[in-house]
Amino acid sequence: MKDLSKKSLCTLVNGIKKKEFTSEEVTNSYISNSKNAKKLNTYITTNFDKALDQAKNFDKTRNFDGLLSGIPIAVKDLFCTKDIKTTAGSKMLNNFIPTYESTVTSNLWKEGAFLLGKLNCDEFAMGSSNETSFYGNVINPYGDKLIPGGSSGGSASALAASLTPATIGTDTGGSIRQPASFTGTVGLKPTYGRCSRWGIVAFASSLDQAGPMTQNVEDCALLLEAMSSYDPKDSTSVNIQVGNYNKNLNANIKGLKIGIPKEYRVENMPDEIDNLWKKGVEFLKDAGAIIKDITLPHTKYALPSYYIVAPAEASSNLARYDGVKYGHRSKGNNLTEMYENTRSEGFGEEVKRRILIGTYVLSSGYYDAYYIKAQKVRQLIKNDFDKAFKDIDAVLTPSTPSAAFKVGDKKDDPISMYLNDVFTVPVNLAGLPAISVPTGYDKNKLPLGLQIIGKAFDEQTILNLSLAIEKRADFKRKIPQWWK
Amino acid sequence: MSIDKDTVKHISKLARISLDDKKVISLSKNLSSIIEFIEKLNELNTEKIIPLTSIINTSLRTRKDEVNNEKIRDKILKNSPESNEEFFVVPKVIE
Repeated sequence: MKDLSKKSLCTLVNGIKKKEFTSEEVTNSYISNSKNAKKLNTYITTNFDKALDQAKNFDKTRNFDGLLSGIPIAVKDLFCTKDIKTTAGSKMLNNFIPTYESTVTSNLWKEGAFLLGKLNCDEFAMGSSNETSFYGNVINPYGDKLIPGGSSGGSASALAASLTPATIGTDTGGSIRQPASFTGTVGLKPTYGRCSRWGIVAFASSLDQAGPMTQNVEDCALLLEAMSSYDPKDSTSVNIQVGNYNKNLNANIKGLKIGIPKEYRVENMPDEIDNLWKKGVEFLKDAGAIIKDITLPHTKYALPSYYIVAPAEASSNLARYDGVKYGHRSKGNNLTEMYENTRSEGFGEEVKRRILIGTYVLSSGYYDAYYIKAQKVRQLIKNDFDKAFKDIDAVLTPSTPSAAFKVGDKKDDPISMYLNDVFTVPVNLAGLPAISVPTGYDKNKLPLGLQIIGKAFDEQTILNLSLAIEKRADFKRKIPQWWK
Repeated sequence: MSIDKDTVKHISKLARISLDDKKVISLSKNLSSIIEFIEKLNELNTEKIIPLTSIINTSLRTRKDEVNNEKIRDKILKNSPESNEEFFVVPKVIE
């Protein structure tokens, strides 16, 4: 059997078209890799047999109308898939079979892709290490003791280990960009409203966005184009034409103005991260960009504000899990007891913690002091970006304050876990698009990424800048396949 | 402000999550550290700031109220922990 699993998404699309190999051969490669990677614990549900049928069918009809014709794709188990179990990484949804398909996955299938399986993630996407999943920790291909980041940890790990040619995740506070950075892959959080949220298990609705996770920038542009759409079923979906991100991808970024925010130089940041950031600046200068120092003065308030807004929205979104219409149900002597036991047993520790924080900040007497205060600070953070973007085209920062850490290292200390998202959270609060592009390695040979933040709906510019960095960084994923 | 045990019990009641005493103690510690962390916001004077309620500059749309009958009642009921004919079943509410 040909191993086609090291090829990029774009190479696979073109290769199938040019008859260099078939969709069935491609699909078999990924199924075989996936079956040999149980130690990584990336899949919650597999769809291998159906995927193979779909590949064979494709090879008979060879319909190339779509951008992803003949491509198998595994997706985060937060996207509802019709007639296929969707768990959100929770015991609460261990037996939930949606009767509908999320808009984003529908878009992928319309473009000719088909489902390989559903990937592990932190429970209800709440976590930065994929340690909160009911289905166990996901392991980073870069080391058998390492977390892959979270919450889209299964997606990142499966992608880096060549178990899927590309994947999609969701990002509420960094859940695409942080795991992408920890696995040496590309991850993009689109502008709020670019991708439909319909059919995605909700965490914090004013922050959640789906986005592509890929091997390289070119693939990212293609997948973003395929998954984005205006969707009347999501009232916050924005009716702006989806760009031809792939066709318009261009590493010529001469004259673009790039802001370097001094507030992202945080305390105790390892030198390696600082050096990587400087390297990124040099790459962009070399490509003809103009570098400008900027200030985003309210950056340090982003995380505290996020940890009010996100749990508040989560507590109200997760109120629906009551053991009546779907999901887990525990026994109780009366209705209230049934609710209380269901939610106590169905939710994991981190989810309960966030529901309780959310309930507290929304409760009578505290609403103004916490929730309204956080919404005001969110406005200040947005104003910072609005002001900065008057003079610049994009912002360059590190993606994370460290490389991937060990399983168990931060599990019992929520605050130190939350600090992982210090560079990614402001973007969600401001609704802006941002990408993490792998740029180098730390002293332990673990990958590190840089983040580029763009203006609202200007995904093209951050893709182009990423391409310019990618070409110069010459980052190679070097992963021995120890899990086989 | 710290979250004492009574407050944890109160909010867990509001959130309909049952907790044993051991959990109440550990959560009181956990939640207090999170609240302490988010109270950093009190450093900022936000008196004149209007709270952000929507990140996108569009107003909510209306749509046509169309019947979209996919006849999925049986499938929906299949996801229910307990159902009877075409109803969801819950523990007895009225004596």
